[in-house]
Amino acid sequence: MSANLLELTGVHTHIGAYHILHGVDFAVPEGGLTMLLGRNGAGKSTTLRTIMGLWQASQGDLRFKGRSLKGLATPDIATQGIAYVPESMGIFGDLTVKENMVLAARLASHAGELDTGRLDWIFGLFPALKKFWLYPAGKLSGGQKQMLAVARAIVEPRALILIDEPSKGLAPSIIRNLIEAFGELKRQQTTILLVEQNFMMAKALGDTVAVMDNGRVVHRGAMAELAEDEGLQQRLLGLSLGAHQ
Amino acid sequence: MTAAIAHAPAAAAAVPKAQFDWRPLALLVGLIGLALPAIGAPSTWVTLTVAGLAMGLIIFVIASGLTLVFGLMDVLNFGHGVFIALGAFMATTVMAAMTPWAGDSGALQLLSVFCAMAVAMAVAGAVGWAFERVIVRPVYGLHLKQILITMGGMIVGEEIIKVIWGPLQIALPLPAVLAGTWLLGDASVEKYRVIAAGIGLLVFAALAFTLNRTKVGLLIRAGVQDREMVESLGYRIRRLFVGVFVAGSALAGLGGVLWGLYQQNVTPQIGAQVNVLIFIVIIIGGLGSTLGCFVGALLVGLMANYTGFLAPKVALFSNIGLMVAVLLWRPQGLYPVTNR
Repeated sequence: MSANLLELTGVHTHIGAYHILHGVDFAVPEGGLTMLLGRNGAGKSTTLRTIMGLWQASQGDLRFKGRSLKGLATPDIATQGIAYVPESMGIFGDLTVKENMVLAARLASHAGELDTGRLDWIFGLFPALKKFWLYPAGKLSGGQKQMLAVARAIVEPRALILIDEPSKGLAPSIIRNLIEAFGELKRQQTTILLVEQNFMMAKALGDTVAVMDNGRVVHRGAMAELAEDEGLQQRLLGLSLGAHQ
Repeated sequence: MTAAIAHAPAAAAAVPKAQFDWRPLALLVGLIGLALPAIGAPSTWVTLTVAGLAMGLIIFVIASGLTLVFGLMDVLNFGHGVFIALGAFMATTVMAAMTPWAGDSGALQLLSVFCAMAVAMAVAGAVGWAFERVIVRPVYGLHLKQILITMGGMIVGEEIIKVIWGPLQIALPLPAVLAGTWLLGDASVEKYRVIAAGIGLLVFAALAFTLNRTKVGLLIRAGVQDREMVESLGYRIRRLFVGVFVAGSALAGLGGVLWGLYQQNVTPQIGAQVNVLIFIVIIIGGLGSTLGCFVGALLVGLMANYTGFLAPKVALFSNIGLMVAVLLWRPQGLYPVTNR
């Protein structure tokens, strides 16, 4: 890990009349996996959407590779090398798995132009996608859709991947599969900002952590430290890792 | 970024194939089949069926752009009819100018019709671009304002047409090469209706190819389902929308020419008259669905012709009845778009 790839400084976000983010400050170091944790409604998903420009920050600054993202439209932010996997997964259900992947690969105009080696690597991470390659994505199971959502984000190399609650509603075996896949991405030095409610997943994967509450970051540090400190977990997240083991 | 992934499609053979939903097409075939005993005479049935299919395909040409515009940006464009009227009136001007030049030559008469179509599409597309920029763009996401301002746009458009071409009906006669009928046994089939149906099928084929075989088509289909995600993948959906709006307006202009020649006259209200039918079609088909629009348009065209013959007094309401019946069966339309 080295310099910060993404830095948020005093970011405020309003959605209509509601003030959701109240000065969010944290950084995502390059080459590592940063966890963004917090209770429901803490502002985690809003933070990711604000980074992607889906909701514009009303105050503060967001810098990616040292350049401000503020005021940029979502496509401009994406083309700087940021991939986004929303909580809803954003799968195009009427399109096949292949078509979803072609669409995510901005450099490819058809499946024949997808990077074969990279695709094999993705099939290694998520074998179901190879099996269901020509199948409508809307007919996949929840876990398979999540795999497709992540696969789309990595079909071409991206500098930063934002992933919002990938384990939500999935069976433990699928979550283990995702943990293995994210572990592989980490080994490839892919920078990831991961929003999660599943603390076991956070503990297994996180290098650094930011914990949010009421639209603010209330804790920043190493994930290992938080994982070891049950009192801190109880105070920040209302849980202890011991209770989960 | 090199070789094709030949192994991936092969692996899909082990997976149960996704089923195509044939039931809406079966409904179409069922309607045609049921009409035969109701009408009685096979020759009349053939004539009405061809007329219904031709009318349906013309409506499809007009409505296909509108359903994509709605699907992509949730824009309710009640002003779509103005492009139909514009196309029809441009055809009167072009054909009036070219008909004396074409004389008795069938080839030149056909050329004059194709020139009229090309000019109508170009003008309707250009006006569509201005319409989107001036009228639609300021009201993205505001449905009530969209309805009001696009209806207002159509009224203004109609008035401009009256200023240019006058308020009265203008004849748009078929050139001699397209007039007349072909005999199929005892049934007579109008030449123009067959040709109009052929043009409608060509448009459907071109749209199907674009939507299913090109990346732009993939983006349109994806944008209809989840435009926010398309933007998150790095594509500018607004540009895509402008392109679809212009193409949809041009197709409406083409549809206006076809419709005007079908009726053999045009009035400034022609767009408003067809508007009702095209909204029925896109609702029946499933908002944003091109295949649904195609099947819905054929159902509407056939229903209008069959009931016009069997029960003229209820013909006006038959398509409303069809819409109610379809929505009771499938509230999201015949081929609903996922995620909508």
